Amino acid sequence: MDNLVQIDNGVAISRADIPCLSPENFGLTLADFVKNDGFVVQFFAYAEHGGHRLLAVLRNDKLYATGCEVGAEFPSLTGWVSEKFHMFEREIAEQFGIRPTAHPWLKMVRYHPNYAGRADVFGNDYQNEEIPGRYDCFRVEGEAIHEVAVGPVHAGIIEPGHFRFQCAGEEVLHLEIQLGYQHRGVEKMLPTVAQRRLPIICEAIAGDTAIGHNLCCCQAIEALAGLKVDAGAQLVRTIALELERIANHLGDLGALSGDVAFNPPAAYFGRMRGDFLNLLQVLCGNRFGKGLVRPGGVAFVMGAEQRKLIIDKLDEIEPQVKNVCDLLFTAHTVQARFEGTGPVSREMAADLGLVGYAGRACGLAYDARVAFPTECYGQLPHNTNEMTNGDVYSRASVRREEIMHSLALIRLLLKRPETTAQAVMMEERPLAADSLVVTINEGWRGEVSHCVLTAADGSILRYKVKDPSFHNWTGLAMSLRNQGISDFPLCNKSYNLSYCGFDL
Amino acid sequence: MESILSCTLALLLAPLFPGVINKTKAFVASKKGPPLLMKYYTLAKLLRKGSVYSTSSSFVFKMGPTVSFAAAAMPLFFIPLAGLPPLFSFQGDVIVLFYIMGIGRFFTIVAALDTASPFEGMGAAREAFFSMLAEATIFAVLILFYRMNGSLSLAEYFHGDKAVSLTGPAGALLLFVIVAMFMVLLTENSRVPVDDPQTHLELTMIHEVMILDHSGPDLALIELGAFFKLFFYSAFITHLLQPLTSFGALANALIFYGVLTLVYVAVGVTESTMARFKMNLVPKYILTSFTLVFFAAILTMGFLQ
Repeated sequence: MDNLVQIDNGVAISRADIPCLSPENFGLTLADFVKNDGFVVQFFAYAEHGGHRLLAVLRNDKLYATGCEVGAEFPSLTGWVSEKFHMFEREIAEQFGIRPTAHPWLKMVRYHPNYAGRADVFGNDYQNEEIPGRYDCFRVEGEAIHEVAVGPVHAGIIEPGHFRFQCAGEEVLHLEIQLGYQHRGVEKMLPTVAQRRLPIICEAIAGDTAIGHNLCCCQAIEALAGLKVDAGAQLVRTIALELERIANHLGDLGALSGDVAFNPPAAYFGRMRGDFLNLLQVLCGNRFGKGLVRPGGVAFVMGAEQRKLIIDKLDEIEPQVKNVCDLLFTAHTVQARFEGTGPVSREMAADLGLVGYAGRACGLAYDARVAFPTECYGQLPHNTNEMTNGDVYSRASVRREEIMHSLALIRLLLKRPETTAQAVMMEERPLAADSLVVTINEGWRGEVSHCVLTAADGSILRYKVKDPSFHNWTGLAMSLRNQGISDFPLCNKSYNLSYCGFDL
Repeated sequence: MESILSCTLALLLAPLFPGVINKTKAFVASKKGPPLLMKYYTLAKLLRKGSVYSTSSSFVFKMGPTVSFAAAAMPLFFIPLAGLPPLFSFQGDVIVLFYIMGIGRFFTIVAALDTASPFEGMGAAREAFFSMLAEATIFAVLILFYRMNGSLSLAEYFHGDKAVSLTGPAGALLLFVIVAMFMVLLTENSRVPVDDPQTHLELTMIHEVMILDHSGPDLALIELGAFFKLFFYSAFITHLLQPLTSFGALANALIFYGVLTLVYVAVGVTESTMARFKMNLVPKYILTSFTLVFFAAILTMGFLQ
């Protein structure tokens, strides 16, 4: 394992400690690691001394990092090792114009010119042509085959994304998902802005994961600036992350029930989602928890009054959550719709590297709260999932179990007496020079990870963001194989992936 | 004269009753729901608008709404309402009527295909397939009714001395018909569990997806036609449910519209307590209704001779 350096979640290491391998050796190391039940957390390129380097962050039950110098191209691992590298390699090609050779499906990810100023790998001329909307999609040929294109403008108020179905009658043979319409250039912008803007921008990476992404950002700054977070602030952060999880899971269960035209739970869940968002408002004055987490602690102290408000609301609402979940999950027409719809096998999920509830519903137990605990999670009980068949029913059940687990966690946390000494304000702090820090948190969708590299003067050299959706969109595409096209909205909602979190 | 009034009343009230369904659904979901007169507001709004036509669609697309509206309105002139005889009636009118409704559907489908949208084609394929299956049930009902009262006219089924009735000699068989026709009602009018009138998801819709490209007055005609169609099927079931009408005109009207409201409430309750079927289960569901009626028809062979 000389080729890998073991790192810890949220602990900065010197960049000099990252191995710098030859491209061949780098590829072999990654291949070897991933083939032995390893997963990719981050895999990206950055500029260094006029050239470029690749950096990979890997996990099994520990975290590892490794890197290599890279020229204009490197051998792709997607085809001969694992599908896990697929999107990462496309991203590297698009961001830095470095070609992964022999990549089986080398396409644009987000439609932007590369940062390095090299010739575009895909031959696009972004100055003079309208590129988004020009897709070469995988095509199935045949007389009975028809193609259905959906989006990027959809019938509902949802984010833009293009879905191309190859169908034989009602049966979907293949689905290709093309995103990138919400690309805002987050990664390019983050190293250039003042430090105090970082949390604000990270809160906007994916609007429904404001706390998850911001927590990753703040932990990274804390690691680089050597800040300590007191127990009271950790308590508030953990509660906020769990409230975000509950609110989103409830909203999605409601949407799932609405998609199968089972209206009562849709209405009840919709209201309860609002109740939990309001609890975030109790904590920090914002329903999505924006402005709560800041480097060094939290910007709002949780007083006795807030604790009481949260406990009272939980007492009132927890039986309701249970009842409405029972209403949804015991309706046999709902079960008939959920069961066996959109299945992904455990092997497939492991090959794709699915994370979060999408992975857990397939039997991949990985939960960043357990594997790489931050904040208070080290002292809290784990959750286990009963239903792991990989279908819509499993994904819905996992969410239900997580809601119940999160409610129990919040109750446990509220029993603890610690309070924050004082609210922290955003300040500019010197960051450790020539360092690497990787932070991982279990956002409500799954593993959210940020990776920050600093230069010799302590400025940010590269800020890499990864939303769990980056792994899971392919899972949705695989779910639809040989399913009815009319089940697409249901499958889609059971994942409910982020467009803007992917598009950055 | 009374028949004309009664028919006009039915045409005017048809958009009211879908409001009853929505109110029922809202009640079960503890919501306030849209106002009872919502459908009138929607129609008024649509009629004030202009229509938008794609340059790639032809006259077929413009014909669709008009023909389907006319086809949906016609049966209301032939069905007895509120204990009064219908405006028109002749021997064999049921067969004509169901095929006229078929013509309406045909034009909706070709209008949908005319847009060349991949969604509308899918919706059209589903609608054609499912309504073809529902036709089997409807004609099994007609066979059964023919054996029961020897006529092929809506007027004679539901009005006069020979009317089929639960209290009649083979009344018990009508229980099968009521259940089967309710299932057909849900199918033909794109209700849960076959279709979801509230969904906006173009990949799962059946009827709604076919009318995505229609706008303004065209859409109003389609909507109004859908209300008439639902009213016709509900009135059909109401006649089977209600006791024989032999009270005063006012009492008859009250009983008729009371039972009719209950049918709509039943639709609302069904939609609130059931999820949609998977698309591949829908044919089984429709054929179940056929089986019920066919079984009833077999029973008539025994003891009605």
